[in-house]
Amino acid sequence: MSIPNTAAMPTVSFISGADGRIRRRLLMSRVFAWTCRFATYSALAVLIVLLVAIVYSSVGRLSPDFVTNTNSTNPVKAGMLAGLWGSFWLILFTSLFSVPVGVGSAVYLEEIAKENFLVRIIKVNLANLAGVPSIVYGILGYTVFRTSAATLSIWFDGNHAFGVLGLFRVRLAKLPIYEDNILVGALTLTLVILPTVIAASQEALRSVPSSIRVASLALGATRWQTIWRQVIPAALPGISTGVILSTSRAIGEAAPLIMLGALSYTTMCPGNIDSPVKLLTRPTQVLHAPLDQFTAMPIEIYDWSKQPKPEFTEVAASGIVVLLVVLLAINSLAMIVRHYASRRLKW
Amino acid sequence: MIGVGRRWSGAWSAGLLLLCFLGCSVEEVGGPSDGSKATGPEVATGSGEPSRIQIDGSSTVKLITAAVAEDFQSKVSDVKIFLKVTGTGTGFKEMIAGRIDIANASRAIKESEQADCAKNGIDVLELLVAMDGLTVCVNKDNDWVDTVTVAQLKKIWEPGSQVKSWKDVDAAWPDIPLVLFGAGEESGTFDYFTEAINGKEDSITENYSPSADDNVTITGVSGEKGGMGFLGCAYYYSNQEAVKALKISPTDDVAAGVAPTPEAVKSGEYKPLARPLYIYVKKSSLARQDVQDFIRFYLNDGLTQVSKVGYVELSDAQIKVSRDAFEAAITK
Repeated sequence: MSIPNTAAMPTVSFISGADGRIRRRLLMSRVFAWTCRFATYSALAVLIVLLVAIVYSSVGRLSPDFVTNTNSTNPVKAGMLAGLWGSFWLILFTSLFSVPVGVGSAVYLEEIAKENFLVRIIKVNLANLAGVPSIVYGILGYTVFRTSAATLSIWFDGNHAFGVLGLFRVRLAKLPIYEDNILVGALTLTLVILPTVIAASQEALRSVPSSIRVASLALGATRWQTIWRQVIPAALPGISTGVILSTSRAIGEAAPLIMLGALSYTTMCPGNIDSPVKLLTRPTQVLHAPLDQFTAMPIEIYDWSKQPKPEFTEVAASGIVVLLVVLLAINSLAMIVRHYASRRLKW
Repeated sequence: MIGVGRRWSGAWSAGLLLLCFLGCSVEEVGGPSDGSKATGPEVATGSGEPSRIQIDGSSTVKLITAAVAEDFQSKVSDVKIFLKVTGTGTGFKEMIAGRIDIANASRAIKESEQADCAKNGIDVLELLVAMDGLTVCVNKDNDWVDTVTVAQLKKIWEPGSQVKSWKDVDAAWPDIPLVLFGAGEESGTFDYFTEAINGKEDSITENYSPSADDNVTITGVSGEKGGMGFLGCAYYYSNQEAVKALKISPTDDVAAGVAPTPEAVKSGEYKPLARPLYIYVKKSSLARQDVQDFIRFYLNDGLTQVSKVGYVELSDAQIKVSRDAFEAAITK
């Protein structure tokens, strides 16, 4: 192959066959780029159509009193307050349960456990569990948690006492424990999101460079100190994003809660707490709230969409808008947490 | 170590506080024994909260009960009423388990369910509260049929039905594919329709789209020229511009067809798809003043809600039967 004089001939020439192949490859690459672009934008378009349709149909009902009223059979008065509070308590306790268990399991699986048969089985099954339909967890929750709550409610009916070593008797107080209470719902939602929380936390822990661990151990830190002061802070952005995104999934779940016996229609917020002020001024009610019956936002939306009166379509759409706003708020919280948590990392 | 101790002491005291809240009061041996603390008249909850009325069951009757409950809470008392919708059958199961005070039911209690109640020592009071006319509806553009006979409905809906197009039902009708919609098997509407048309509960053609939501039936029928569906009359009355209701003739005489108007359902002329809607009250709950007040309100002012939510009010004679049954149950 003779090299042409570069000064006289600046352009590269191809022999005709290779020329065509390159053009075809360039074309393929452009087609691929356009396919990917189309996939992205069509998903976006569907989302926009959905949002516009929902906001459009909610216009008739969406107003401030929609979030300050409780439910009603009159579409003009129906509001979402009880559902908002129900979801608030559910999410509060779901995060309280799922964060320690989820992050703890991830730390164990990634940092502590030796790779053996049992650990491998757990890891494989975590991926499987993430794909189980949530209603299945609802059935599990019904049999395990609801039945336990029923037993507890019998113990705490104010008539049960136990003798301790024949010295004195301990009488259990009378507590209003309902079988279908918030804790039962939150524990079930915890089961729903736990596989995702564990997977996200594992991923975050895995992305922490092993040099950090090695350096920490080399400086004489114990394993506990290494995990608690180095690894977890470094993985925090990933963990918190995973947790918050799973939580927002839990907010939208209706099926397992309906399975558990969440209320379809109620005008009462759990523990009768219907304003943030009462969270501070009514401590007894706050303590009762987790043991109280509840409804949640997705359940109310489902119930409204099944009403015969066409006006309830607007109510259901308004409910969806409120739910979306709450979801957006939670997701932006995830972004803020991620931002601040990753700012502290210096490597 | 001290630092750690101080750090955790907050958590410990919070935990101790929680234990105090759980309130295990300590008594001397030989002190008041179990059950000696009389709790007075039976109330569902402790701690001086307002008592609660727990209701579960049919989604059809829930519409009425929710409206009555709302009216009751605004006019009479702030008793808390808790409503679930799990279907008539599950509602009875909850009643058998003794978990609820009132079961909404879109069919009468079965003998087996009655027997299970008796086995658990639960006695129920049956109160008729409204009538529903199951409506057979077709597409608005359907101009070939106004009346359908029960025999034709059976031919369409029976299990193993070979009907594919309207022409298969009646040679005079056009060759347009027949698309069927209706309630799913968890619903009382389904139970009643299959029993009234096919003669046997739960037996139905495989070629229909079941749905737990009657609004889906409306959407399906209004979107399909050859569509047909069955639903509770409240859904038809609220969506009259979307679908067309058929007259039903119990005999083969097409001229004898009756439309599902409130009057026809009330008078019993609309046969065989008019059905009674009930509430079943646990008799032991009737000892509670709040439940008594609620049922009394239900059977008086409450019944005006029936037509507002789209069902058919009872005749005066039927109302009297329900009221008498209630009064007899509370004086006993």
